Amino acid sequence: MTDTKKPLGALIGRGIVYLLLGVWALTVLFPFYWMLLTSVKSYGSYNAEYVPKFYASSPTLQNYFDAFTAVPLARYFANTVLFTVLTTALMLAVIVPAAFAFSRLSFRGKDLLFTAILSLMMIPNELVIITNFVTVTNLNLRNTFTGLILPSVTSVFYIYLLKENFAQIPDELYYAAKVDGTSDWKYLWKVMLPICRPTVVTVTVLKVIECWNSYVWPRLITDDPSYYLVSGGIQEIRENGFGRENIPAMMAAVVVISVPLIVLFLVFRRKIMEGVARGGTKG
Amino acid sequence: MENNGKAWLYLLPALVLLGVFMIYPLIDVCVYSVEEGYNSASQTYFGVGTYNYSYILHDPYFLQALKNTLILVVITVPVSTGLALFISFGLTSIRKLRDLFQTIYFLPYVTNTLAVGLVFMILFKKTAYTDGMVNLLLSWFGGPSVDFIDGPYWAKMFVLCFYTVWIVLPFKILILTSALSSVNEVYYSAAKVDGTPKGRVFWRITLPMISPMIFYLVITGFIGAFKAYSDAVALFGTNLNAAEMNTIVGYIYDMLYGDSGGYPSYASAAAIVLFVIVLTITCINLSVSKKHVYY
Repeated sequence: MTDTKKPLGALIGRGIVYLLLGVWALTVLFPFYWMLLTSVKSYGSYNAEYVPKFYASSPTLQNYFDAFTAVPLARYFANTVLFTVLTTALMLAVIVPAAFAFSRLSFRGKDLLFTAILSLMMIPNELVIITNFVTVTNLNLRNTFTGLILPSVTSVFYIYLLKENFAQIPDELYYAAKVDGTSDWKYLWKVMLPICRPTVVTVTVLKVIECWNSYVWPRLITDDPSYYLVSGGIQEIRENGFGRENIPAMMAAVVVISVPLIVLFLVFRRKIMEGVARGGTKG
Repeated sequence: MENNGKAWLYLLPALVLLGVFMIYPLIDVCVYSVEEGYNSASQTYFGVGTYNYSYILHDPYFLQALKNTLILVVITVPVSTGLALFISFGLTSIRKLRDLFQTIYFLPYVTNTLAVGLVFMILFKKTAYTDGMVNLLLSWFGGPSVDFIDGPYWAKMFVLCFYTVWIVLPFKILILTSALSSVNEVYYSAAKVDGTPKGRVFWRITLPMISPMIFYLVITGFIGAFKAYSDAVALFGTNLNAAEMNTIVGYIYDMLYGDSGGYPSYASAAAIVLFVIVLTITCINLSVSKKHVYY
């Protein structure tokens, strides 16, 4: 595209492209703007606006104060952080050795087992969640973190993703390490994981997003609000929290819940987008 | 074979968890679905048969959920894929602001469905105090004001479809933009030399080159849309049956738990029906893609 003189038609075409892209960008951003805006309007002024205003005439932070004092938002928040960190850490501890065994060690029935595990990827969560609900209930693990975390600790897809990446590391490296007397465990930690760091980061980030937003399983397994995660919490706030009419306070809670992932995204933008392109499934 | 014991040790945690939380449930759900009159308190049942299936297929709530899910699938999959294609095409044709647009378009992917759904609800809702933001917009263009959250069926369905498209677009745009930018420049240069018109370049070069990715998105789009649930909860609250906005997955959970819960057999039968539908659609998609996709 090094033309110096462009015909008028091309310019207009370009303008239309920018215009349409801009329209969609506004559609995406508008809900975020609206929740920020509403969260700084006072209860009285919000309800006085029969025709919604696009600005806040006297912004206030009172709603944020309410969000943390009138409802246990901090508790929901802490639960979610704990749940996310524990689930992600445990998952890595389970899938890394499994991927290592499939890519590096040899044992009887390896290919058959790997194929069998891959075929599990077709099984939708909805099919197994019913029994898991009954299992966890029978084990008396409802309203516990163990019950919340356990079923989401393994992921067939992430084992597959890591295994594929591990398998790309040349065998020579492994044999060289063997000659030097390095144990398998040490080789995994000192050589394989550092080389495959991008994939590990991808898997971690995807799992963190998944945990932060998980709703269905926590809702089934917890009915004690002191174990609610943010998704269940926001639903609780909406139905029983500030009173149904206090929309500005609800919006403050929504902002608080949305901010961590958005900050995470803006910091690790490239990594997250690459990771989702490789391994995301949402949609 | 010296590694045998050690390998199994490495695999042990993963295998135990998969066994308990995936393989056993898979068998169990089939067993549940054919146990008639199962009582979860006493864990007894009368007999074995297909009664559970016939019950849910005659349950008006299930039929409502099936209808809602089908409408949602039929509308959102083509709309979101088409829109994503359109946007990605626009994105790859510009250079200024491209990064900014890409970042903005990706935002819905990293937001909490329940939380942002609440914002959508407020934008569309009409209360005694205000007509809401969307109705204000409608009135600028001379439209009538409609309650999109508690109003007529088509209005509620529109909001659900709109929110679903908003949520699924980031993933599709991301995949299609990277597919488009990986099309080899040589083809375009060759077409330019031949003086091929732009429309023809699109239909004959670009579309065939990215067709595998489009079909991937259509398949995952179908699967995702059939499993719609939390978007509906976010907009209409947990009592979806009352709002006439339940989905198949919502029906499964309602049968399992909550005010109308305690029927794992019905839930299992519904889950298997859902699985069969999704499997059938995926197989159809795959056989169609064999004919039309250029690898």
